Amino acid sequence: MTVREIEAAEVTRVVRELCMEICYTVPQEMVDLMKQAREKEESPVARQILDLLIKNQDLAAEGEYPYCQDTGYTVAFLEIGQDVHVTGGDLSDAINEGVRSGYADAFLRGSIVRDPVFDRMNTGDNTPAFIHTEIVAGDQIRVQIDAKGGGSENKSRHRMLKPSDGLEGVKNFVLQAIAEAGPDACPPGIIGVGIGGNFEWAAIIAKRSLMRKVGQPNPDPQIAELEAELLEKANALGIGPQSLGGTQTVLAVHVETMATHIASLPVAVNLECHAHRTGTRVI
Amino acid sequence: MPVEVLDDGRKRIRAPLDDDDVRELHAGDVVLVSGMVYAARDAAHKRMMQLLDEEQPLPFDPVGAIVYYVGPTPAKPGNVIGAAGPTTASRMDAYTPRLLDRGLKGIIGKGNRGRVVRDSIRDHQAVYMAALGGGGALAALAVKAQEVIAFEEMGPEAVRRLELEDFPVWVVNDAEGRDFYQETVSPWRRDEELPEFLRGTPDHTETNGNGGG
Repeated sequence: MTVREIEAAEVTRVVRELCMEICYTVPQEMVDLMKQAREKEESPVARQILDLLIKNQDLAAEGEYPYCQDTGYTVAFLEIGQDVHVTGGDLSDAINEGVRSGYADAFLRGSIVRDPVFDRMNTGDNTPAFIHTEIVAGDQIRVQIDAKGGGSENKSRHRMLKPSDGLEGVKNFVLQAIAEAGPDACPPGIIGVGIGGNFEWAAIIAKRSLMRKVGQPNPDPQIAELEAELLEKANALGIGPQSLGGTQTVLAVHVETMATHIASLPVAVNLECHAHRTGTRVI
Repeated sequence: MPVEVLDDGRKRIRAPLDDDDVRELHAGDVVLVSGMVYAARDAAHKRMMQLLDEEQPLPFDPVGAIVYYVGPTPAKPGNVIGAAGPTTASRMDAYTPRLLDRGLKGIIGKGNRGRVVRDSIRDHQAVYMAALGGGGALAALAVKAQEVIAFEEMGPEAVRRLELEDFPVWVVNDAEGRDFYQETVSPWRRDEELPEFLRGTPDHTETNGNGGG
């Protein structure tokens, strides 16, 4: 097996392009889901709100103004083929350089402070990115970039449930997170749920589930059924777009599960707002 | 300037506001805001509290002022501002009562306020209004001028004077103590599909911690 060399500069180029693109243009499935929500919504006020959000989506796609002023944490998911050798620089530096130049050249907001409690000084260029890597088979690198808004991230929740809490406990925890977030997480949104794993993996798979094409069910029919039930119940909360009441609070629920410990039932709920800004390239 | 009521029921206001203006604004009203407002969010509020501790003047006169919780993206060449939608208001709850004490009359943000702030808004005859959360591109169109007036080193969190023209918001917390979010959700709630503990209209505003944007 030969090793394929990929220049670090190529990673930088791809990350830069994705950052510049996604903060203005959301994926087509988000456009479609917002239109479907507009059709399904029963509250007249909520329909007006959805019309405005669709208008905002269209305006942003013209390229003058980003979709939202919070252009997010830059979250990078990389699947790196085990037959790849990155040359000409450090991979993390390459990703951060892509963020730095993409955010500057597309007039995006630097929203990252260099430390959380001491001086909270803005780094000015939205670095560092939050990077997840996975080694997979093959000789390609798959790069997915997500500009994750702080408002919905802040409303995300994690809890170590007891195994006896079971599926009901999981459902209740997810619905409670959505109810408590209310208007603060900018509904209508997407709900990423991670069940199982250990403390950190529950959160990681919750985030990873948000990277799936929005609305595409989990391939496991049992989990897909849970996703559909949670979506239905979340929309029974009546929160509605912008929490002004309505039937369309959540556009999709994505669930991922993982093996866990005999003593544990970790659950993480990662909320995402309607500004779902993500894109993927394969190098 | 008195509050103007348009044919479609929307109300038009111009900053600064006085008590009479504020009393004409009720939870649920759609309001078009014009005039000079002050952009300030987390870091600027924290600094303003230090100024108050030291009995120093604030970057703007708070009497009758409207503060908008926003940290815009940089303006592209030829534009006044970048995306400029609201950030989550509850993060400013710790600071808001002291500004209301100094005469602040209007606040624009998004999301719930805690009990202390809602009471303070009522007691000071002020108003909290929500703009379209995540509608940053649309919001930019209502900003006619911007100028950084303090704390430039905070970048997107610097205090800015923004000139707004017919910026659409809705009244959430009014001077009578009403809360529009509490009133809107219940008619659409399908309690029979929900677990017991989520039925009715629970007040999550004291437990829901942080927000962002």
